[in-house]
Amino acid sequence: MKVRATQLVGGLFALALAASTATGALAQEIKIGLLATLEGPFAAGGQDGMRGAELAVKAHNGMVAGKKITVIKASSDAKPDVAVAAVRKLVEQDKVDVMVGPLSGSEGIAVKNYSKSQPNITFINGSSGAQQTTLQDPSPNFFRFNTDGAQWMVGLGDYALKKGYKKMALIAEDYSFPYSQVHGFMVGYCKAGGRITHKAWVPLGAKDYASVIAALPKDVDALLVVLGGSDAVNFLTQYERAGGDKPLVGGTITVDQTVLNFRGRRREALVGTPTAGPMADNLDTPEWKKFVADYKANFKDGFPSPSLFAFLYYINMKATLEGLEAVKGDLSDGQKKYREALAKLVLKSPAGEIRLDDNRQAIGTTFITEVAKGPDGVFFNKVVATVPNVNQYLGMAKADFDKQGLGSRDVPNCP
Amino acid sequence: MSDWRRAGNLAPARTAWSRPAALKWPESRLGAPARTERGRIATALGAVRVRHVVVLAALIAYPFVVPPFFTFQIGGQTLALGLIALSLSFLAGYGGMVSLAQMTVAGIAGYVYAIFGTTATTDGLTLGWPWWAASLMAIPIATLAATLIGWLSVRTEGIYTIMITLAAGMAFYYLVHQNISIFGGFTGFQAVAAPEAFGIYWRDPLPFYFLSLACALGGYVLIKYTARAPFGVALQGIRDNPRRMAALGFNVTMHRIAAYTLAGFLAAIGGLLLVWYNALVAPGSVDTKALIIVLIIAVLGGFAHPIGPFIGAAIFVLLQNFAIDVVDRLSGGLGLRDRFNLVIGGVFLLIVLFSPDGLLGWWTRLRRRFETAQERSDPRAGR
Amino acid sequence: MRGWTLWWWIAAVVAMVAVSAWAIANNPFKFVSSLLNGITAAALYFLLASGFTLVFGLMRNVNLAHGSLYLLGGYLGWIVADRTDVWLLGVAAGFLSTGILGLLLQVTVFRWMQGEDMRQTMVTIGLSIVLADIMLWVFGGLAYQLDPPRLISTSVPVPVINNYSTYKLVLLAVAVAVGVLLWFFLARTRVGMMIRAGVDDRAMLQASGTNVQIVFALTFAIGAGLAGLAGVLNGGEEAFKPGEDTNVLLFALLVVIVGGMGSIVGAAIGSVLIGVVQAFGLVYAPTYSIVFTFVAMAAVLAFRPQGILGAKA
Repeated sequence: MKVRATQLVGGLFALALAASTATGALAQEIKIGLLATLEGPFAAGGQDGMRGAELAVKAHNGMVAGKKITVIKASSDAKPDVAVAAVRKLVEQDKVDVMVGPLSGSEGIAVKNYSKSQPNITFINGSSGAQQTTLQDPSPNFFRFNTDGAQWMVGLGDYALKKGYKKMALIAEDYSFPYSQVHGFMVGYCKAGGRITHKAWVPLGAKDYASVIAALPKDVDALLVVLGGSDAVNFLTQYERAGGDKPLVGGTITVDQTVLNFRGRRREALVGTPTAGPMADNLDTPEWKKFVADYKANFKDGFPSPSLFAFLYYINMKATLEGLEAVKGDLSDGQKKYREALAKLVLKSPAGEIRLDDNRQAIGTTFITEVAKGPDGVFFNKVVATVPNVNQYLGMAKADFDKQGLGSRDVPNCP
Repeated sequence: MSDWRRAGNLAPARTAWSRPAALKWPESRLGAPARTERGRIATALGAVRVRHVVVLAALIAYPFVVPPFFTFQIGGQTLALGLIALSLSFLAGYGGMVSLAQMTVAGIAGYVYAIFGTTATTDGLTLGWPWWAASLMAIPIATLAATLIGWLSVRTEGIYTIMITLAAGMAFYYLVHQNISIFGGFTGFQAVAAPEAFGIYWRDPLPFYFLSLACALGGYVLIKYTARAPFGVALQGIRDNPRRMAALGFNVTMHRIAAYTLAGFLAAIGGLLLVWYNALVAPGSVDTKALIIVLIIAVLGGFAHPIGPFIGAAIFVLLQNFAIDVVDRLSGGLGLRDRFNLVIGGVFLLIVLFSPDGLLGWWTRLRRRFETAQERSDPRAGR
Repeated sequence: MRGWTLWWWIAAVVAMVAVSAWAIANNPFKFVSSLLNGITAAALYFLLASGFTLVFGLMRNVNLAHGSLYLLGGYLGWIVADRTDVWLLGVAAGFLSTGILGLLLQVTVFRWMQGEDMRQTMVTIGLSIVLADIMLWVFGGLAYQLDPPRLISTSVPVPVINNYSTYKLVLLAVAVAVGVLLWFFLARTRVGMMIRAGVDDRAMLQASGTNVQIVFALTFAIGAGLAGLAGVLNGGEEAFKPGEDTNVLLFALLVVIVGGMGSIVGAAIGSVLIGVVQAFGLVYAPTYSIVFTFVAMAAVLAFRPQGILGAKA
């Protein structure tokens, strides 16, 4: 009986060890870990993020600096402890050389903290956009080649004022990403004289906006709606049904591809809604057109146009690979040369040039876009203005920015 | 005719689920008080068998033969989760009350530790006390919370308890999710500082593993002892027939609440271990999925014996870490690699359908079948 | 009712009336719209909870896969509505598909575990995990929303509020109709009588010679079908996606705990209570609205642990 118990336990362990160590490390191979949320509320974004990263690898023909690229994927469900567990497995068990991910903001902060305990591995962001990741307590081996949530909204405030929206009401989800988005919007909007007279912070995942809609003031010129995914869909449906007719200004994920392509009736009322972000569906540059064409050709089951997540994962993976090319795959000496190369890298992304600042955070371009309807009935975001060289201090001096603090429910405020 | 006979059987089906522990404990052990001539310690030492020593030796040798990842992520997590599942198993098996709020209690301990301790978070309240002070706050507060949850739940029975404890757990989840000034909201507390004492950083793989092992062993011994102590025996009596126990003069409600308190104490320790392991605590640590995972672990292992939850935790942690690889390997190019949740759910479903007493029950039946085969060949052998 | 309990009730009612009067005077629009929102939310909760409580009342089976059935009904209803462009067909498909699935589950799985409450609950948990992953696999992570006919998708003028979503009112009407039909079914038909008898005393029902298995199968089918109906109907108002199943299950649990297990009328009362508390919370104290619903649940439990209309366990 005792023998059988140990046999059982031993067999289980053997199975686990075999499963885990079966991929022996080849000398001519670079292992890259890839983490995205494939479960839970961001599942659609995670799937597209993986597509974007795979596209970048394919653009390099699966080889970098003469070595084969092996991508080991892992999934999380937007929970920081699950993300860290997945990253720890990739780094310590699967022995990846470089780690790309995660997708959501709070996961990003947790992975950044973990990266400090692994100084010899380089961590590159996936799509997480929380301000704190690189502004508070940055990690020397965590690199983010995408701009953060606040940077994505810089310039939209001025554009809203140009459209005549002097007073606005805000509806946003009550957590860190919308805080950063509103922060980025209000920095420009408040400074130029705009006023946000009503802030409605709704719980994440709230489906019933009827009460919120009922409480909206009647005397505002427009609504600033910073909701994502199905929350945005619900709000738009209910707002329309309640007879709402104010023009909307959207956050970056309020009218992106994941929302414009949801399975339901297209909303004509959305056409013309301005928003801002690090990309636009109809950029006129050859690099962007090639990116979209490659995406469409490779992923028949993807969106009509790459979503935000595909784009962000693409540029981060692209930066990963270009850095490896720059050092000819030399990851010796604790990957020091690689990290120096990454810090100096000027990435030519499909949507403009991206450089890193001292905190290894991206400085890039923000595009002001409006929702438009194509001749084939497909909705997309078209560019109406471009804001280059947006940094993490949102155009303010560092001292002023630090004094104001990061975005929160009450910061900034201009009622 | 047979319908009538079956219909006349009004007593509830005697299965593992209605009387979990009663079927599993051999008659001689159940209810036998410690023999006063030999004293309880001597009896306990006498009960140590060879297999106990072997398993203990294996557990101690484990971190020295496996890579640090296995020590920390597999071993440490198994022991911490197992401890929390043990608290559920104790309540369910010995007390007949299935509480889904054990992970909530663990989460409360984690949150209180983070609030009083040192973290890197700007939202939320962080007092920056040293780890021992924070721990000294966390355990009693979490145990008190468990008692409150118990007080709320003891007037219900059986299935109702599951629902009410689930609802209580969800209430806590929404509270910490929505509140930013104290609990840090959606992001929770990141970079929670683990203890550093006697020159050792206790979050390193080896120290953490042995710390968890010590706590898990402590919990295991505590439950085994309690099961045979008057309190535990009374609890089992209350589980089986509360009315009779009340008639005998036992305060049924207080006994049940005390059981919740004891279980809460174990869960609090497990929660402290988890927050040190994760170095963070967030609403995601106490959401529905986390609560149900503890139940899954307890069920996988079986309620019959305190070792059950640890076995269940080991299987769950292995599945969680390696199912994605196994599924990927087995499915080849079928694109099934993302379906690891299906694997975990499917395994759980299979176990519940075909071996409701968990793996321990399957193990016991296997042994019994092996023994009966022996009995057939040797008529003198018997129980 | 004991003397002092009566006084508590009177005090509570007076307090509520006073607060409501103040709120109406303060901002009538907010109050009336919250009230209406609460009642229409209650409609959805009733659809959900009635199926859940029916299954538990008769078969003591806590179907924690109820949320998954909700979601499945929504997805399947969406597919049919999308293919045929007829919304009503989608609704029917949502109801029937989950009803049939419920029937199959009862006959193939739960029948063999009669009396083992805990085991059945565990099986439903496992089923919910498996179903959720299959749905994620097949339908992906996008949000789905059904497209009801134009006629009921606009808004109607309502006293005090100028525009109220017609669809929500339609949902309310449907829930009331379902409630009435259920009552009629349980109170006036033979099968309904058997179900009620079984809820009161299952063993006697078996002893009296009825084929209990058929009654159980029918009940589970109805309960599951109601979950799917709730899913496809609510899908016209709110988008559904992976993760909705746990949200929805939580509300079903809350309503049934408050209203009392096994009682349809209790489910109605519970859903109104929870719906109204949540709606008012969302408007007057949005941050902690959900916590308030739990406080309401705890308050009810403190006075009546078996729920408002539940039978003492």
